[in-house]
Amino acid sequence: MSTTVAGVLFTGSLVFALAVVHRPLGDYMYRVYTGTRHARVERVIYRLVGAHPETEQTWASYARSVLAFSAVSVLFLYGLQRLQNHLLLSLGFKPVMTHQAWNTAISFVTNTNWQSYSGESTMGHLVQMAGLAVQNFVSAAVGMAVAIALVRGFARKGTDHLGNFWVDLVRGTLRILLPIAFVGAIILMVGGAVQNFHDPHTAQTLAGAKQAITGGPVASQEAIKELGTNGGGFYNANSAHPFENPTAWTNWLELFLLLMIAFSLPRTFGRMVGNARQGHAIVAVMAVLAVTSVTLLSFFQLAHHGTVPTAIGSSMEGVETRFGVANSATFADATTLTSTGAVNSFHDSYTSLGGMMTMFNMMLGEVVPGGTGSGLYGMLILAVVTVFVAGLMVGRTPEYLGKKIGSREIKFAAAYFLITPVCVLVGTAVAMAGTWGRGGMLNRGAHGLSEVLYAFTSASNNNGSAFAGLTASTPFYDTALGLAMAFGRFLPMIFVLALAGSLARQGRTPVSEGTLPTHRPQFVGMVAGVTVVLVALTYLPALALGPLAEGVR
Amino acid sequence: MSVRLAEAPRTTPETPAPPGGRRVQGGLLDPGQLLRSLPDAVRKLNPRRMWRNPVMFIVEIGAVWSTVLAVGRPSWFSWLIVAWLWLTVTFANLAEAVAEGRGKAQADSLRRAKTDTTARRLVDWAPGGPVREEPVPAPALRQGDHVIVEAGQIVPGDGDVVEGIASLDESAITGESAPVIRESGGDRSAVTGGTKVLSDRIIVRITQRPGESFIDKMIALVEGANRQKTPNEIALNILLASLTIIFVMAVATLQPLAIFSKANEPGVPDSLALNAHGVAGIVMVSLLVCLIPTTIGALLSAIGIAGMDRLVQRNVLAMSGRAVEAAGDVDTLLLDKTGTITLGDRQAAEFIPLAGVTEQELADAAQLASLADETPEGRSIVVFAKTAYGLRERSPGELAHATWIEFTAQTRMSGVDLDDDPGGTRHLRKGAAAAVLTWVLDHGGHPETEAAGIVDGISAAGGTPLVVGEVVRGTGTDGARLLGVIHLKDVVKAGMRERFAEMRRMGIRTVMITGDNPLTARAIADEAGVDDFLAEARPEDKMALIKREQEGGRLVAMTGDGTNDAPALAQADVGVAMNTGTSAAKEAGNMVDLDSNPTKLIEIVEIGKQLLITRGALTTFSIANDIAKYFAIIPAMFAALYPGLDRLNVMRLHSPQSAILSAVIFNAVIIVALIPLALRGVKYRPSSASRLLSRNLYVYGLGGVVAPFIGIKLVDLVVQFLPGMS
Repeated sequence: MSTTVAGVLFTGSLVFALAVVHRPLGDYMYRVYTGTRHARVERVIYRLVGAHPETEQTWASYARSVLAFSAVSVLFLYGLQRLQNHLLLSLGFKPVMTHQAWNTAISFVTNTNWQSYSGESTMGHLVQMAGLAVQNFVSAAVGMAVAIALVRGFARKGTDHLGNFWVDLVRGTLRILLPIAFVGAIILMVGGAVQNFHDPHTAQTLAGAKQAITGGPVASQEAIKELGTNGGGFYNANSAHPFENPTAWTNWLELFLLLMIAFSLPRTFGRMVGNARQGHAIVAVMAVLAVTSVTLLSFFQLAHHGTVPTAIGSSMEGVETRFGVANSATFADATTLTSTGAVNSFHDSYTSLGGMMTMFNMMLGEVVPGGTGSGLYGMLILAVVTVFVAGLMVGRTPEYLGKKIGSREIKFAAAYFLITPVCVLVGTAVAMAGTWGRGGMLNRGAHGLSEVLYAFTSASNNNGSAFAGLTASTPFYDTALGLAMAFGRFLPMIFVLALAGSLARQGRTPVSEGTLPTHRPQFVGMVAGVTVVLVALTYLPALALGPLAEGVR
Repeated sequence: MSVRLAEAPRTTPETPAPPGGRRVQGGLLDPGQLLRSLPDAVRKLNPRRMWRNPVMFIVEIGAVWSTVLAVGRPSWFSWLIVAWLWLTVTFANLAEAVAEGRGKAQADSLRRAKTDTTARRLVDWAPGGPVREEPVPAPALRQGDHVIVEAGQIVPGDGDVVEGIASLDESAITGESAPVIRESGGDRSAVTGGTKVLSDRIIVRITQRPGESFIDKMIALVEGANRQKTPNEIALNILLASLTIIFVMAVATLQPLAIFSKANEPGVPDSLALNAHGVAGIVMVSLLVCLIPTTIGALLSAIGIAGMDRLVQRNVLAMSGRAVEAAGDVDTLLLDKTGTITLGDRQAAEFIPLAGVTEQELADAAQLASLADETPEGRSIVVFAKTAYGLRERSPGELAHATWIEFTAQTRMSGVDLDDDPGGTRHLRKGAAAAVLTWVLDHGGHPETEAAGIVDGISAAGGTPLVVGEVVRGTGTDGARLLGVIHLKDVVKAGMRERFAEMRRMGIRTVMITGDNPLTARAIADEAGVDDFLAEARPEDKMALIKREQEGGRLVAMTGDGTNDAPALAQADVGVAMNTGTSAAKEAGNMVDLDSNPTKLIEIVEIGKQLLITRGALTTFSIANDIAKYFAIIPAMFAALYPGLDRLNVMRLHSPQSAILSAVIFNAVIIVALIPLALRGVKYRPSSASRLLSRNLYVYGLGGVVAPFIGIKLVDLVVQFLPGMS
């Protein structure tokens, strides 16, 4: 079987599986978020945190809850890392350095999972489980909660209430993420991922050196790492590590896990706004752009140039032989299209244009399909912007799902899509302006620039994958990337919730022949066009000095 | 037997056929207008005025900075770029100046009407009381003053006629020279300052506050003196401003990257665009100006002004731009039946003969009996007899020994007495059923009950029955009898059905408002093709209907003229008051139609839509343009450093300098090229949203991607011969 055929089969089966799961999972999530009954364990949790599950919140109150919960999480995670030598299961590791602890705390709370540390040699089991793995769940649930609040803004009318954050958070974690992650972890263990608390094995390498091989609760963390589009690996090598991702079929499973929620949420959205076709349109935009991206990335990877790849017949550098070029390309694509950031191969070693595609994927704003929840709300913002620009062309004040997009709405939507490019570009520029940033680059010239651009793109978009090559554990990068992650996560969330608030307050304009139809291929094409032209092209000047400079000959 | 009286004729102004196939279009742009507006455009370069337009303000700052740079290190290239940057800003101002210039011309002609007159104010006047007058200058008039105006005098201020009736020349405001009647009481009592009384004498109660007359408002409106940005314009401005911020960021942050890249390739010689200090300032500004949405930024305010102007050209005054935008969003149109959907008067539609009479006989008798009837109903019988039965209209003089009986409200009949009919006399009467019946009985006839049934049937169906009777003497068939019944009914105006179908395609629901009973209303509604109707409507029903529609999230437009329409006009999202209406109605609505043509509501909706479409189309065009500009400028900036990037130079532009200059020139010229479109508006044809969008996406989206590739290449072919381009 040729590489191309294998790649097509791999991707095709993945698309098929996602199409199959889209509807039942989307419907299930719809029931989770619209149900009125509370499980006993949920009631206990509400009582513990002092939440009133029956009281709905305004957008501002919802946003305060999101921020408060995240702030507490950051402090908790920071403390856990700094005090790990005093706690159980530390494996004898020292406290994590201040800047690295800050970076890691922000990184996991923002669902970014940028890792400036090497997991197996920095974090004890307690930090991994009670700190990082917990955040893997709740940070994903926070994203979903915000997305659901936005959907409620579209679905409701004449109200200030957007639901209750604590209910959404708890339900998302307990009813959606936990069960699926549990099943996923079992299957991964069957596939060979490790799950133990053993002390590190010491092995004799062929060269005679001694190597300590750390085991740990890997499979359980691996499942949620993908499902919650987190991407923070137990090991430094992430999904390229055989204990995390042992075989080609676990590779497939991990991809499936990381895409399933993001691709199913549009169904939930469609159900909640009472028109499943609206959800189909959103998922179609995601699918069209994602498939285009996979195709291009695979093409760039397979149509390699350069001396070494040509000599050995493929661009195998940085690629695990058990996955091969095509599957690695698909993984790289999926992990950058969703805000996962897990890697099973090293993007730094990709062909220049292939590497550019991984960057470009993130620059789209993590919306095709994006992170759990964040992908949906990002895409809905783009739909709002599209409706505003193109909707005028039907001769009416633009409206989406019966909600008028006036100056207030466009203000929040515009602020949303302003944040990320500003974080990426300013961050990159500051890093490139002096030795504080240039010092971390492994390569010089255009490739070195790509490394820095990639880092800020990844952090600001809450992706978390690294181009590799860049030494990011310096105080500068830890701090700057931490800021990029925090701004890139929470400012957009505030704007999304503010938008939701102003949408929910509106009445609903009935649909007529004069209304812009937002469920047809025409609209899908427009949103895709706006996403590419308005969002991604902003980065073209910067890309021209990085991967494009290298890649176009 | 209940029979309606033929209603007293209403003098609703006859609807003029909408000109030019009635598609929304604007006037053509006179090239001379561009030149005349140039001084204004230059005056607008004042930063205090520019900052209101964030996109163009950024361009102006860029132009200033480039000028400073060019003075420091002059070269052909820098000065050419500087010149075109200034032209870009000027072109934007030009668009606005031209749009405003058109309004100014209109304002000037209005000002001429506002000559200072002396008013004859009445002292302590009460209706019926003694008239004592004093001369005061018109501006000194207060609300509630009474003035007297006689033939040949100018009405000194807006007000309502409280005594008398007069014909007025309102051409100063409406441009229509035919005189109009204004009288006290009723819905035609409003007079406007600046109009001229042609006959008779009226007493007017002044309703305006000094300096706030209708003409003052009109002048302010057409001049756009205190033009407020409309909600959608504000929203669009926010989007454009944020796009501008993103591009400012993208360009500004490029500098450290460029310095780094240059330092890493020490072997590459400095180029015009890039040296050790990074990208040259002028090139940076060029890139920025090309990327930010200057096209729509430059034309946005012109589009808004021109939209208002298009309404003024149709003799509609919108009190706010907000109302014009709302017109585009209207979901429900409330249309009065009479005058809007049907012709103002009922017309003969059928002759129903009684037993023993042929249709032809009845038609002949009806025609003869109606020749002396000058009411519209009477005329319509004559016309119907001619068109349907081929009966030539006979003039009253042509029949000898005929005595003509004119229609009066007392007799409710008209007719003719033919005293020289072969062998005897023949008297014919046509009129209200009860009157004619009595007349026949008085002459010894014994009318059949058959007639009563027909008359009741017509009444029940909402029509007006008129009965024709005959008294014959001196022949063999002496006697008095009824000949038949004329069926008068509402006639739907030509072309209304098609227009309502168009409305439906546009997603607009039409509701007919009528005082008729539901049965009649349904019949007319079906015939006219409206979606719904409100029968036996009282003003409060109308109000309730509007509120109900609005609660469902719909925007409602209506027309009205009477004082009792005022609350509904105020409640409606778009309330178009007729100029003939009362002051109360005009105050309540947010538009006034000077032609008092209720059908114009439909055109107003189209103009509102066209305004929004034009904005959307030019925004899309502007954004789509960026793709080509990236391909022109990025290789020009960096191909010297990374030769591979020359592959992006798909247009094969002559040199980096010519590429950058061509992009800047194209960016400036496209503004001027699109001024006519901005003023005229994008062509609008009523159709569904989906089809409209497809068409506009194709033209302005795809066109916006392709056009600059061609345009920049063409400019480059010329520009490459300029000095400093290689």
